[in-house]
Amino acid sequence: MEKVAMNGDQVIALAWKQIDPDVVAAYPITPQTIIVEAFSEYVADGLVNTEYVCAESEHSAMSMCIGASASGARTATATASAGLAFMWEMLYIASGMRLPIVMAVANRALSGPINIHCDHSDAMGARDSGWIQIFGENVQEAYDNSIMAFRIAEHMDLRLPTMTCLDGFIVTHSLERFEPLPDEVVKKFVGPFKYKRSLLDVKNPTTFGPFDWTDFYFEHKYQQVDAMRHVIPVMEQVQDDFAKVSGRRYNIIEPYRLDDADYAVVAMGSTAGTLKDIVDELRAEGKKVGSIKLRLFRPFPAQELAKILQGLKGVAILDRAVSIGASGPLFPEVRSALYDAKDRPKLKNYIYGLGGRDIKPEELKHVYKQLIYNEGELVNFLGVRA
Amino acid sequence: MSTVTSLKVLSEREDRYVEGHRLCAGCAEPIIARQILMATEKPVVVSNATGCFEVSSSIYPFTSWNVPWIHSAFENAAATISGVEAAYLSLKRQGKITEDIRFITFGGDGATYDIGFQAISGAIERGHRFMYVCLNNEAYMNTGIQRSGATSRGAQTTTCPAGTCIPGKREFPKDLTKIIIAHDLPYAAQASPHNYKDMIEKSAKGFEANGPAFLNVISPCPRGWRHDSAKTIEIAKLAVETCVWPLYEFERGEWRLTGESLRIAEGSRQKLPVSDWLKSQGRFGHLTKEKWKFVADEIQANVDSKWQELLRLCKH
Repeated sequence: MEKVAMNGDQVIALAWKQIDPDVVAAYPITPQTIIVEAFSEYVADGLVNTEYVCAESEHSAMSMCIGASASGARTATATASAGLAFMWEMLYIASGMRLPIVMAVANRALSGPINIHCDHSDAMGARDSGWIQIFGENVQEAYDNSIMAFRIAEHMDLRLPTMTCLDGFIVTHSLERFEPLPDEVVKKFVGPFKYKRSLLDVKNPTTFGPFDWTDFYFEHKYQQVDAMRHVIPVMEQVQDDFAKVSGRRYNIIEPYRLDDADYAVVAMGSTAGTLKDIVDELRAEGKKVGSIKLRLFRPFPAQELAKILQGLKGVAILDRAVSIGASGPLFPEVRSALYDAKDRPKLKNYIYGLGGRDIKPEELKHVYKQLIYNEGELVNFLGVRA
Repeated sequence: MSTVTSLKVLSEREDRYVEGHRLCAGCAEPIIARQILMATEKPVVVSNATGCFEVSSSIYPFTSWNVPWIHSAFENAAATISGVEAAYLSLKRQGKITEDIRFITFGGDGATYDIGFQAISGAIERGHRFMYVCLNNEAYMNTGIQRSGATSRGAQTTTCPAGTCIPGKREFPKDLTKIIIAHDLPYAAQASPHNYKDMIEKSAKGFEANGPAFLNVISPCPRGWRHDSAKTIEIAKLAVETCVWPLYEFERGEWRLTGESLRIAEGSRQKLPVSDWLKSQGRFGHLTKEKWKFVADEIQANVDSKWQELLRLCKH
């Protein structure tokens, strides 16, 4: 199809319009707002069958999604920052009940101080909640992830809620040329919603959300752990199928110019795009460097990542979030993934861009320089006034 | 309405909430729920807030529910049923569901007056078609009898004990039924399990309200209120006879007294003193001390003033 210019929020609303979920329940929060505004216009014009509910809070929005999904309805929502934090309790319940809800997260810093701009603190706070977490780099990927997410979440081997993350403002509010798919292609790709049991099946009444004592809770949690183990092959299959209908190929980990590289930087979200430009510049200067975009954070593709990183001389992990009192949250996961690797690179952590602080090309070049000359600390902060 | 509450008819209806639950002997909650669920012949879907009623009816892998039932958390039962009803509307519109289903939510007073109030207010404002039933036992009983916004002034709980300086809860309860009525919803009422006919008739109206409905039901708790488990229904009746818990309904803008409360207003039945209510339960035991007599007097004065206000609203 012809390319059109839209922002990251608008393309998610467009994907939802094409998918036509049975229920969308959401609450507005910057920088997610345009998603719910744009989608409400489709509803107002009768272009979808969706029952669109304007919740009185994010906690209720996720609670409604749980009720709707348990009722056999394809369900979507979107939030950001404090909104995701407010949903936190319900995130665990959505995944514990194995409800394939799809949620867009417009990544934004957490208060306080209050700040509306991009970082990944919100999504990182939800990393243990049993949701699949996919990070996108740009507007095209925000759209494509929104479509693939339904296939992944609803896969009968998984039935796991899925969040697709996009950088607040940097992607949500940036107008980019992107290529939408025709409605019928999206509809066919996603397919009809299937469920095992529905709350609305009054002839076969089911008790949803019962109480577990010590005799069953652990087993039910283990079933979630086990389902997560099946995500990577399912996601790879969905990405393959998506490539066939769209011509766009995605992978859970996307290395860039890594084949003969000695040094690499790992990032999630929009910064992974900036890194490619930096790599091109440094390559033009003869430096043997590459970069890695991590699309899947939960489940964490530890073995896959270790295979790609082992043998490099140095790797920097960029974290757009900080676990205050420790390091960035991505860093220890990568470090742990490499513990058993044959040929371990030196690893450094760079925390950057908190509260939407711009990440500048010179700063990323500085990271590569520090890798090459083995400078800097184990955990470093980019662009902060000490 | 008479057919709705004919014992013969009711006895022939299927039990939607059945034996095996683990609520205490003398708990009013299962009595109330069974009766309310009999008030419609339509299929029902239930959402439940965390609390005694939820935890006792669904201990995995067992369930007391013969109808579809969902629990997700404490503060969100009204939001959960909002999502269920939204799914119903969408799937019905698409022809994927044909049944005419009624939606009902049960929550204790903690889930209703306190932590879940926002979700209830939001669900009513949005106009979801569901009936919210508050099983009001006037404290957080599931966690061991802690004070809630529904707890009576002067009652002792484990977080407002009767000490030497403070005589139990200092505040009067929130008048939640009136706060809900201020949403101008199609139907709201107060009920008591001792008058099953009144409660079932109100439930039937709530189920057919074609919009949000709210039923606040007094639910004596032998453990928390400190009374004999055989006296549950008697004590519920006393709440009404003393006007501590008047029976009334709000139907499309009209306020109406019902049951014993209507007869008290009409003068055909005696309004009993609040002291009868206070002395029936151990939670008020300390109020018999001379030192705290003024608290009992204040409770009586408050009941009287609220009753006068209700008489005015119901045009008596």
